Amino acid sequence: MSAFFAIVQRDLVLAMRRKNEVITAVFFFVVVAALFPLGIGPEMNTLRLVAPGILWVGALLASMLSLGRMFAADHADGTLEQMALSPSSLSLLVAAKILAHWLLSGLPLVLLAPVLGLQFDLSASALWTLTLSLLLGTPILSLIGAVGAALTLGVRGGDVLLSLLVLPLYVPALVFGAGAVQAEISGLGASAHLSILAAMALVAAVFSPWASAASLRIALES
Amino acid sequence: MLCVSNLSCSRGDRRLFSGVSFSLQPGQWLHLEGDNGVGKTSLLRLICGLSELDEGQITWQGQPVHQCADEFRADLAYLGHQLALKDDLTPLENLRVDAAVSGVHLSAPQAMAALAQLGLRGREHLPVRVLSQGQKRRTALARLQLSRAKLWVLDEPFVALDATAQNALAMVINEHLSQQGLVLLTSHQAVKLGGQGLTYRLTA
Repeated sequence: MSAFFAIVQRDLVLAMRRKNEVITAVFFFVVVAALFPLGIGPEMNTLRLVAPGILWVGALLASMLSLGRMFAADHADGTLEQMALSPSSLSLLVAAKILAHWLLSGLPLVLLAPVLGLQFDLSASALWTLTLSLLLGTPILSLIGAVGAALTLGVRGGDVLLSLLVLPLYVPALVFGAGAVQAEISGLGASAHLSILAAMALVAAVFSPWASAASLRIALES
Repeated sequence: MLCVSNLSCSRGDRRLFSGVSFSLQPGQWLHLEGDNGVGKTSLLRLICGLSELDEGQITWQGQPVHQCADEFRADLAYLGHQLALKDDLTPLENLRVDAAVSGVHLSAPQAMAALAQLGLRGREHLPVRVLSQGQKRRTALARLQLSRAKLWVLDEPFVALDATAQNALAMVINEHLSQQGLVLLTSHQAVKLGGQGLTYRLTA
């Protein structure tokens, strides 16, 4: 397990020394979420209706911004090779990288969402559900994204391919994540949606590190 | 011991090499020679397990490597063309992360001593980005020296090193050989090392 934490810590330290990558994703989320109320106008009912979808799509695109770099830097400087050759299992090390990616690009969005939700006149309970749905949902984005990033590693024009590959797979998380907030607003209760999100996160947590590690080994072969 | 028998490698339709066989005992080193593009790096990557084997067999301590992959990887240290150093970390941080990933506990004084021995005293806390090419390679050599691996696979280890650093590297390798280590290396220069040296010439 010390290898796991060493990789998490290394990725966090590297991100802190290259702050612009983290800040870009967070700033993108803030700007997108702030542009919509300005464009739609101060019609409270409309804003409340579109808020969950907009915030979720914003979070989804923001967390995708940094996906391409998830393994690319490690691949370029050879550390990925050393990780593949280390006695620790590659799946475990990949899981550490996914956790670091979520801490850097998912967690800030979760923390910012309630503040941004205020612009859309969401009630306190809806804000709480939004935060909870993002807390369960953003790990799914990092986990599924890791598989896509591993599959497109070293491919020319990989970034575009990555979004084409990953965005359709994000649909279930988006439907149930935004759906949870809508259900809460309409008074139906969000627990069913949140349970399904949690289940999806667990399934992704089991399969994604393994699938990413397998794709990385293929990428390293050439 | 490492035993390689009847290895072959193809890239697309082109066959790079075939029928490569040699064995390496503890305390021995093997110099892999060959012209540019003949497949030296491919052979090393094949042996490390970075590429899939299509023909032949590699055994480590008498067992085929695919059956004892974890043990083999614990015994293996690979230094390729890429040095696997993070530009934004210092040499010290790089060494400590690498040690943790390979499951070895490395204290800061140990790492400092290894860096000092390779002439990097006073550079321990600079980001690797500002070091010269030779100093980066020395950092990678310090990692090699600190690894507990028995088998060292080195791809062109003498490139970009000045005369003192080449001597330092030779000393590091000699020490490893005297502790019954195995070394497999490629080099375009003549290599002078202690212990028993073998040469294998790779041809198409």
